Amino acid sequence: MRVLYFAWVRQKVGIAEEEVSPPAEVGDVAGLMAWLGTRSPGHAAAFADARQIRAAVNQEFASPDQPVRPGDEVAFFPPVTGG
Amino acid sequence: MTQPTIRVQEAPFDLAAECAALTKGRSDTGGLASFVGICRADDNLSAMVLEHYPGMTERAITRIAEEACARWPLTGCTVIHRYGRLTPGDPIVLVLTASAHRAAALESCAFLIDWLKTRAPFWKREEFAEGGERWVEAKAEDDAAAARWSAQGGAA
Repeated sequence: MRVLYFAWVRQKVGIAEEEVSPPAEVGDVAGLMAWLGTRSPGHAAAFADARQIRAAVNQEFASPDQPVRPGDEVAFFPPVTGG
Repeated sequence: MTQPTIRVQEAPFDLAAECAALTKGRSDTGGLASFVGICRADDNLSAMVLEHYPGMTERAITRIAEEACARWPLTGCTVIHRYGRLTPGDPIVLVLTASAHRAAALESCAFLIDWLKTRAPFWKREEFAEGGERWVEAKAEDDAAAARWSAQGGAA
């Protein structure tokens, strides 16, 4: 599973992307966030307040209960501020 | 249905050239609406750095633009969004919509910029003249501006 980070989520985690293999019980976006938060102090800081973070699965905005599977591209970022 | 032109680029864009490209060779366009978003110097800002999600950005903008083309009878639609480092006065985003009549052009142009603000994966980081930086926070009023297009239903 490819995980991407943008904006301050990327800054806090310390990397822009990584390849991860979460345990089988990680089945949705919320579960993946909780698991990623255990990977390093930077990850923990980035995912400390899940309400501040938005997600996309395979380049589509995703809710916390959206399923994630091996092979997916999952991105985490703050609410968007374009335009 | 009109196929929108979408570009995500670091380089500046030429408003006059884009307007000309949209109307060239057609006689069915009666009005063209444009919106140009410009980098504003709030709080002694020295530069703004726009980050985006390559791939998803193009998909998201294409979807929003196709929605506009389905909802209004447009004869042309162009959306260009820049990324990278911009300084005050620099253009950031261009929305052009053309139609036989003004209402469709003006409404769809407003629809597009409202939705771009809430559904296109861009993030703005501000850098200040006296040092320091901060990420721009999403505004509730932007969500409200976008939501009014859903509440209106078929406003076209």
